Amino acid sequence: MIDKSFVSAEAAVADITDGAAVMIGGFGTAGMPEELIDALIARGVRDLTIINNNAGNGESGVAALIREGRVRKIICSFPRQSDSHHFDAAFRAGKIELELVPQGNLAARIQAAGAGLGAIFTPTGYGTLLAEGKETREIDGVHYVFEHPICADFALIKAQRGDRWGNLVYRKTARNFGPIMAMAAKITIAQVTEIVPLGEIDPEVVVTPGIFVQRVVAIAPSATNLEQAA
Amino acid sequence: MNRLTRDQMAARVARDIPEGAYVNLGIGLPTKVGNYLPQERDIFLQSENGLLGMGPAPAPGKEDWELINAGKQAVTLLTGGCFFHHADSFAMMRAGHIDICVLGAFQVSTRGDLANWHTGEPGAIPAVGGAMDLAIGAKQTFVMMELLTKQGESKLVEACTYPLTGLACVGRAYTDLAVFDVGADGARVVEAVEGLSIDELRVLTGVPLAA
Repeated sequence: MIDKSFVSAEAAVADITDGAAVMIGGFGTAGMPEELIDALIARGVRDLTIINNNAGNGESGVAALIREGRVRKIICSFPRQSDSHHFDAAFRAGKIELELVPQGNLAARIQAAGAGLGAIFTPTGYGTLLAEGKETREIDGVHYVFEHPICADFALIKAQRGDRWGNLVYRKTARNFGPIMAMAAKITIAQVTEIVPLGEIDPEVVVTPGIFVQRVVAIAPSATNLEQAA
Repeated sequence: MNRLTRDQMAARVARDIPEGAYVNLGIGLPTKVGNYLPQERDIFLQSENGLLGMGPAPAPGKEDWELINAGKQAVTLLTGGCFFHHADSFAMMRAGHIDICVLGAFQVSTRGDLANWHTGEPGAIPAVGGAMDLAIGAKQTFVMMELLTKQGESKLVEACTYPLTGLACVGRAYTDLAVFDVGADGARVVEAVEGLSIDELRVLTGVPLAA
């Protein structure tokens, strides 16, 4: 019997090691798998490459990972925010490398990795600082920039419900990068509010098919999350 | 000099958004446009983080922090709205499915180049988000900005001095003093606030302006 469910966040992240490339879902805090990140911090791993849209908000999640000095490099589109003080400090101190990627290119490069493509040509960024030094091509009168896929060893994502085969559905705008990161990483770990019996998720509405998910952990929403979702 | 307030600018942009348009409003000033869209028009607001049919802010205390906009503020979903993942969201922009995007700007050139993501100052931490995808992807890119900086320099320029967001992507710039069409043929004044002549606008901006 295939059962991808894990008993705890700690067990699910137990083989993430120093130097791993880890995709983390979420747009700001919506869809950020906080408990999986807490478990990763508790493991004490270092020199991580983190792929996320942002570079942490406030004190928890990606911000905590940066605060604890675990991140060597971050690939993201929008690091600078009103509450990104831990990233700002690490960046100014030269303790973290930043690869800034336009948000749509970030999504497309993650998707390309998940779809087995060798690279993509994207019009976004052409003629800007973020395309400097990159190969370009004109196709039917439009200028494109050559960009490589972004792969990862692990993806940590958050979904609403999952089953033991790894099928997932998400909640509102917490979906964001989850489905494409699940496809792009070698091992995808999904934190879900609830693990339901097979068949309980309508097959017509499964958003991430279980083939893209290796581990599922049920994490009851914290009091704060419940309040936020009310 | 007459000068439109930021809300009046938002109302002016809203007038030009037609029934049935799929629209993305950038963070900051463009977000205000949503407050002035006529109720009788079906207009679909898209948010880059994966929703179409975005509604207004919820009542205080009713926030759902898994239902947010690009500025990470709580929003609502209109009946008939839907959610999707990030790759689909940016496909909507990049392939021109979005009819209109409205963006803020540091500078716009008379040929439609846009600079709105980075001041380029030493030590500034850059952040780009979805600006580059939106600027070059939507069928029409509108810009909303005050025409002059606090120091009185024109933000409508012959060539942007700030780092570019996109080349030749802006079609129209709505400002507090005038509305301009920009593009391959240069800048043209569509309308100006009462009492402001084209010659005065030429002096203020220092760029060639067609009537």
